[in-house]
Amino acid sequence: MTTKDIKRYKTKPFDSWKLAKELRMNHYREIAESRTEKGKKLLIGGGTESMLGLPAGLGEYVFFGGEPYAASMSAGDPAFAVECMEATESAGFARDLCAYMRDYLGSFLLDRYYFGGPFPKADFYLQTHFCDTHGKWYQIVSEMVGVPYFSTDFVPLRWDETVEGRQQKVEFFTGQLLDAIEWMEKITGIKYQDELLIEAVKNEFRTTSLWAECAVLNQAIPAAMDEKSMYSFYILAVLMRHRPEVVRFYEILRDEMKDRVANQIAAVPTERFRLLHDSQPPWYALHIFRYLEKFGVACVGANYEFGLSGGWDYKPGEYLRPAVPPQDRGVPLKDREDACRALAEWWLDYHLIARGIRFSGPGRNALVMHMLKDWHCDGLMIHLNRGCEGLAVGQMEIRLALVEAGIPVMTYEGNVGDPREFDEGRTLARIDAFMESAGLKILEE
Amino acid sequence: MIAAVSTIEKFKNWVEHRHQYARDWKARTGGKLLGTFCTYVPEEIAYAAGILPVRLLGSHEPQDVTEPYLFGMFCPFSRDVLAQGLKGRFNYLDGIAEAHTCMHINQAFESWSIHLPVKSFFISMPSKVQSPRSRPLLAGQLGIFKKEIEEWTGRSISDADLDRAIDIYNTNRRLMWDMYNLRKAPNPPITGQEAMFVALAQQMVDKEEHSQALRELIEELKTRKLNRDPGARLMLLGSEDDDTEFIKMVESVGATVVIDDHCTGTRYFWNEVDCVGDNRLESIANRYLDRTPCPNRDWPDRIRFPRVLQMTKDYGVQGVIMIQQKFCDPHEADMPALTAYMKKAGIPTLFLEFDATLPMGQFRVRVEAFLETIGQEDLF
Repeated sequence: MTTKDIKRYKTKPFDSWKLAKELRMNHYREIAESRTEKGKKLLIGGGTESMLGLPAGLGEYVFFGGEPYAASMSAGDPAFAVECMEATESAGFARDLCAYMRDYLGSFLLDRYYFGGPFPKADFYLQTHFCDTHGKWYQIVSEMVGVPYFSTDFVPLRWDETVEGRQQKVEFFTGQLLDAIEWMEKITGIKYQDELLIEAVKNEFRTTSLWAECAVLNQAIPAAMDEKSMYSFYILAVLMRHRPEVVRFYEILRDEMKDRVANQIAAVPTERFRLLHDSQPPWYALHIFRYLEKFGVACVGANYEFGLSGGWDYKPGEYLRPAVPPQDRGVPLKDREDACRALAEWWLDYHLIARGIRFSGPGRNALVMHMLKDWHCDGLMIHLNRGCEGLAVGQMEIRLALVEAGIPVMTYEGNVGDPREFDEGRTLARIDAFMESAGLKILEE
Repeated sequence: MIAAVSTIEKFKNWVEHRHQYARDWKARTGGKLLGTFCTYVPEEIAYAAGILPVRLLGSHEPQDVTEPYLFGMFCPFSRDVLAQGLKGRFNYLDGIAEAHTCMHINQAFESWSIHLPVKSFFISMPSKVQSPRSRPLLAGQLGIFKKEIEEWTGRSISDADLDRAIDIYNTNRRLMWDMYNLRKAPNPPITGQEAMFVALAQQMVDKEEHSQALRELIEELKTRKLNRDPGARLMLLGSEDDDTEFIKMVESVGATVVIDDHCTGTRYFWNEVDCVGDNRLESIANRYLDRTPCPNRDWPDRIRFPRVLQMTKDYGVQGVIMIQQKFCDPHEADMPALTAYMKKAGIPTLFLEFDATLPMGQFRVRVEAFLETIGQEDLF
């Protein structure tokens, strides 16, 4: 087959892309301005898989999430990211610790904010612990900055959780969310307003469900969204899923996705091979996804960006679909107890990343298999990620399961945030070899 | 069968012939053997059902069998443990159990479950042990574990069974305490290496048998005089550490290890189950939540640091060797703060990163230099 025989789909840039960029940049500006007289407001730091809507009852605030901040600096200025990591390592921290944490700590130690000015120190830190680093990260930061810290402990459901076990975990998490509210009231002296919380959690449910809808629309052939564009879109759910403007953004994106699917507008006009990716990307080397496109390969998604801040209703072996927000199911949301319980249930039932980090093995393998089938993928590309051990859990077992099932799979080693641990030449050579084994050659420009 | 030997040798033999011991125990009792991945597994419940819990430890040999299953950046301990399974060294086990510890050990457990199919149990141990909310969760999880054990063994576990198991475990813990207390002496009657054999055997041998030998040992130690200069009094702390050759080397260059903060040492036995009220599972849960936490569970406040410092005072420690398994994130995250904490308290520290095998020559040089630093006031 020659290049001219390849079917070509229509393509065009996303209309929503500009809005996504604006929302993201406004968010980081708001964080910086929250530390000035002019834009002063409550700044809360923590991991972005924290319960972002929980502080809403305190009134106006902005949440400074550590992971996407670190990803931004690694993607935008890898040299600065390395400087930050070296500052962290000079302070005695091991080089193999979470790359995001090392980026973030270094930025604090250097007192330099990637988006300009000094590092914004939060008024307090709020975290959710579900990988080994989470609880420790903000313990360290709160000690360094000298401000209070609260973390909830997320104990995920097993893939085959019993009714009894689920109930225990729901009670555990709900109780901690209520504890967090009491704690925030106490340390800020601000009277908590339940109605603001209820609106925020409704937005969280809506946003994460809408993002899952967008992801499902990408099952279409050709795929409307490519991996690199997805990184610009999913991040808003990570950063501020509790805000109404973000709900609105995902409605716009969902509608645009529907239009692209209906009109066969492709992300990769020469799509002829579909890949699923595993783990976060090496942020400083996103061009590897553009390199794949030269072969006519569309990377149509990943467990990572689909699952992170995505609300998924998953029944192993049967379906994987957007979860229905509680407000659409008639679940009462009258007060903080209702809101906290609904939030706990939403995260426990529908957050697949957290579950996969705690429980890898056959359950996680089955989920990846399910995704490969639903998204009509020809293979899986695994980033053996030295910078995020949480998402590295189970990766080799997934590889083995796919090999045994006869599904093409390739691995490449790297680090989500540390360019010192990425060998670009070797990675491209591995892609070349994988493409060759799939019978694909680079198409003419 | 293992030949009868002197008391201290008995513990060493148990450790060095752990697999033979387990096979003999099974042949003798007809009971089931349960491999445990971590010291957070509530052994009392399994023991109450006539099961012998056996800690899964590595062999400190280079291995290349885990690469297809575990990413190379997972800690050497988790890989070494899985390697033992893959090599068939624990093929006598009837089941395995893990209470959520850390991602690396969880992964080793998952891989074991896939490739070495035996009955497996997972207990969702909470990480925020400082929250009162953890108590009902863990008690509930123990209830599920108990039911699963009952179904597996086909026998119900009565309150009397639990009481007996708790009593046997508590007795053994108290005896370990008594033995450790003897190490407070200016010239301890037992070396750190010998004490490590006793502590490791505790995790492999039936507690009743271990207690019986421990009673004899304690009596012997009361009059035992070691013909050696104890040198500097050291503490070992950090990640999992069952490297008896390392401790032997340290004690060969002018030191005695008098206390530790390892899950293969004090963190395993320091706390008892304090039975309050009728709910045994709540009491067991409280014991596991109140024990000195591993760093993965030591937040938001730091519980471990003051306890470690208190140990240095109680045991007259002059220096601390901080051991960390390569890639062990929870300990890595704690090390800078713990080093600063010790420095503030005037306790010198030496940091060493461990792998399954150690560069003993390099470590000897570093330990010797550390000991010189500790002793510099004597020099000048």
